[in-house]
Amino acid sequence: MKIIINIAKISKIAIQTLIVATLFVTNVIAENHNIATLRASTSIDTQATPSPIANVINKDIKQARNYPMQPPVIPHKTRNYEVNLNSNKCMSCHSRSRTEESQAPMVSVTHFMDRDGNFLAEISPRRYFCNQCHATQTDAKLLVENDFVDMHTLMKAKRAAKD
Amino acid sequence: MTINRREFIKANAVAAAAAVAGVSIPTNATNLITSSDITKLKWDKAPCRFCGTGCSVNVGVMDGKVVATHGDIKSPVNKGLNCIKGYFLSKIMYGKDRLTTPLLRMKNGVFDKDGDFTPISWDAAFDIMAEKAKKTLKDKGPTAIGMFGSGQWTVFEGYAASKLMKAGFRTNNIDPNARHCMASAVGGFMRTFGIDEPMGCYDDIEATDAMVLWGSNMAEMHPILWTRITDRRLSSPHVKVAVLSTFAHRSSDLADNSMIFTPQTDLAILNFIANYIIKTDRVNKDFVNKHTNFRLGATDIGYGLRPEHPLEQKAKNNGSNAGDSTPIEFEEYAKFVSTYTAEYTSELSGVSVDKLNALAELYADPKIKVCSFWTMGFNQHTRGVWANNLVYNIHLLTGKISTPGNSPFSLTGQPSACGTAREVGTFSHRLPADMVVNNKAHRDKAEKLWKVPHGTIPPKPGYHAVLQNRKLKDGELNFYWVQCNNNMQAGANINEEMYPGYRNPKNFIVCSDPYPTVTAQAADLILPTAMWVEKEGVYGNAERRTQAWYQMVDAPKGAKSDLWQLLEFAKRFNIEEVWPKELIEQDPSVKGKNLFEVLFKNGQVNKFSLDEIPEDRLNDEARHFGFYLQKGLFEEYASFGRGKAHDLADYDRYHQERGLRWPVVNGKETLRRFKEGSDPYVKAGSDFEFYGHKNGRAVIFALPYEPAAESPDDEYDLWLSTGRVLEHWHSGSMTQRVPELYKAIPDALVYMHPDDAKKRGMRRGDLVKLVSRRGEVQTRIETRGRNKPPIGLVYMPWFDASRLVNKVTLDATDPLSKQTDYKKCAVKVVKV
Repeated sequence: MKIIINIAKISKIAIQTLIVATLFVTNVIAENHNIATLRASTSIDTQATPSPIANVINKDIKQARNYPMQPPVIPHKTRNYEVNLNSNKCMSCHSRSRTEESQAPMVSVTHFMDRDGNFLAEISPRRYFCNQCHATQTDAKLLVENDFVDMHTLMKAKRAAKD
Repeated sequence: MTINRREFIKANAVAAAAAVAGVSIPTNATNLITSSDITKLKWDKAPCRFCGTGCSVNVGVMDGKVVATHGDIKSPVNKGLNCIKGYFLSKIMYGKDRLTTPLLRMKNGVFDKDGDFTPISWDAAFDIMAEKAKKTLKDKGPTAIGMFGSGQWTVFEGYAASKLMKAGFRTNNIDPNARHCMASAVGGFMRTFGIDEPMGCYDDIEATDAMVLWGSNMAEMHPILWTRITDRRLSSPHVKVAVLSTFAHRSSDLADNSMIFTPQTDLAILNFIANYIIKTDRVNKDFVNKHTNFRLGATDIGYGLRPEHPLEQKAKNNGSNAGDSTPIEFEEYAKFVSTYTAEYTSELSGVSVDKLNALAELYADPKIKVCSFWTMGFNQHTRGVWANNLVYNIHLLTGKISTPGNSPFSLTGQPSACGTAREVGTFSHRLPADMVVNNKAHRDKAEKLWKVPHGTIPPKPGYHAVLQNRKLKDGELNFYWVQCNNNMQAGANINEEMYPGYRNPKNFIVCSDPYPTVTAQAADLILPTAMWVEKEGVYGNAERRTQAWYQMVDAPKGAKSDLWQLLEFAKRFNIEEVWPKELIEQDPSVKGKNLFEVLFKNGQVNKFSLDEIPEDRLNDEARHFGFYLQKGLFEEYASFGRGKAHDLADYDRYHQERGLRWPVVNGKETLRRFKEGSDPYVKAGSDFEFYGHKNGRAVIFALPYEPAAESPDDEYDLWLSTGRVLEHWHSGSMTQRVPELYKAIPDALVYMHPDDAKKRGMRRGDLVKLVSRRGEVQTRIETRGRNKPPIGLVYMPWFDASRLVNKVTLDATDPLSKQTDYKKCAVKVVKV
């Protein structure tokens, strides 16, 4: 049983099978061929049926950033948004001059800086292609969780320890 | 505009926020922590873990955890910017399924090839590894031992692995995944210039008038360089951007001249440009006469398939003569390219005569400074070395090279494809500093610097990446260690070659990785591995910039770095078990020692004491082995290149700098090589000197267009190109574990022209399978995504572990570089 618990650390899938394991120990072991988490317990010579194309989340609700410097994700659809040599659709809402009308957040002031840190009168061309840093989010279900800890959580714990 | 919708949504959002606020916001002011002893972050620099651009990243640590990352404002490469992957580096180490114990396939308490992954101790892991390696050595000798490494290895890791394999086990069967990525670029450099890596640097972007992308979607694959190109193009309106590709993509969005060509015809377009330069009398005769000569290359060189394949049977020059060439005069060269007229090339490539002429003019016009950029479109090509040679031709004919803004620039895909795979020489035929195993003088030098007996390094090149898989399948390569890559997902034709190879009962496969990848699943033993800032490292980027970082956090308990694994494994072998008597007799002092002592406790690698590591720095490996291991490995390695035009600075300096571009001579980095005044190795008065070749001249090669290994036919009626996406790095083993990146692009779709879909009765979202002669993969159709293939071509990225497109691809390679062509094979798409 000790071994089985250790194996369970390997993947979420294994944890799920652990419940069954109390009855069928051999079944758990049989599951442990296919450990690649991102393949969801599928052997390499077969394939699980691909899920439908995930939908882009379009709720316009801001998502908290993991840390202050993280580029915010885009909380709305951007289908057919043209960003090319001739136009930048994103800036028709997010540019300084348009935000009053659109109530969209203005692009960060860092976007006005050139390579040498000088502020320009308009966003820097180096920031022109918004999608190099900002992406929409789909409703796809995560295959594996992430244990990243927000610095705020750490700070709160430290303050609590102090008090 | 959607302002009405936005107003509506905004009102809802406020309501939602208020509801949440009601239950969670405390009324006092303590929701803001300001005490500096609590809010303080420890910041340090590291190169990005992902592509070959080599951005510097500031990494913020709190309580032993990476909690933030952002672009390093002090780095000349990225000046404060990161791409979306770089901004999420903070999270790549924290996937919930990090491996923390070795896992061995076992049945009834012992190893069994068909057994189940079972946790074992590190000691037991090295026991079984050593047992299998020793049995292989005894039964079949060193040629049955092999290793597959990485352009993501640190310099020390690649160097230690190469030394362990080539001098320790005396096998050259070590190759990096950079074989899939940069081998054709290396071949091109060595053939044209006699020395590897770009002459120019990124600064050329800000100095140029025109930029041409040849088979490179930089907007997605080198995003930060793309910000520099975008900056240059948009802030200086006279600058032009031309983009050549077999399908339209994000880089096309900035193009003044976007050209979609039929796969493989880039060879013809390159020759057309040379012809155009000659016909319009714009050859820089002075430069050409002084600094180049012309050669005619062998043709009909085959496709690097198994020898029994009909295409290899048919090819005339697919043996060791494939790289041959004979000297010719300019007139013969001019005649050779004269058949590549605009009309002929247009018909072959599908690009209009006007567009071809506009492109050629960027190179021909002596007033226009021009940069060429390329990546996998050229390199993953059965004529990849040729494509590299041909693009140098047009820069050499016009003398547009090695000066600010004039730069043929081969981009790298991996963070240390240059620094580790190429410069260290972790290829099956290479040694450090551009030396090769089949050259006695080179072996002698390496043996001397490594302090090992003459004759230690075998002279015959080992198995390259694709050959390793074939030899695994054939049961000739039996002990195999994979580090720092995910080849079961990345390699071509996994269905017919690699998967049967890994699962061949004759073979024992070890995979070192932080996560349970597809490759790990195919292996017999999995070693949990430390990554990125969990160890000290050095990477070398595409512009020859060497960058170092310190270990900043502990690895998860149980996970160990690749370097630690290599050296601990070396301890398991007494020299008598790996070297024959004749070698040992040459240096009796090695008697009774183990490989670790002979190779790494040799008075050089263990020369620097722990006192040299700043006290506040972590360094798990150095403290484990008892000396400043990384510095010792770096300095021994650097002794290969110093004075040989590959000079590196002292190790400690790299911890102070945001990288330095080699050769670093008298403390100064080199921006542009081969040009007098800029490169200290160029002789005074020569103006230019291509000193990689003894005569100081670069070679202009006459090489033709030849067809692809496999083209669409009636049954398999579509071209398939594979590649990457912006949000994921390579096989996605890191980025698919970052929720924001996963949710941005969760699955690999097949991008198809809407008319191609319609013709087959399909529409966006349909479940289909891609079928080739080798295998099939299921996915969903995308007809309106970021990639817009022309009719007759589909594109599918390979980051998705659950949809393995490499079951379908063909393992045809460039016979010169042995690099696989992932951009061209024939498939059909059918409904499931």
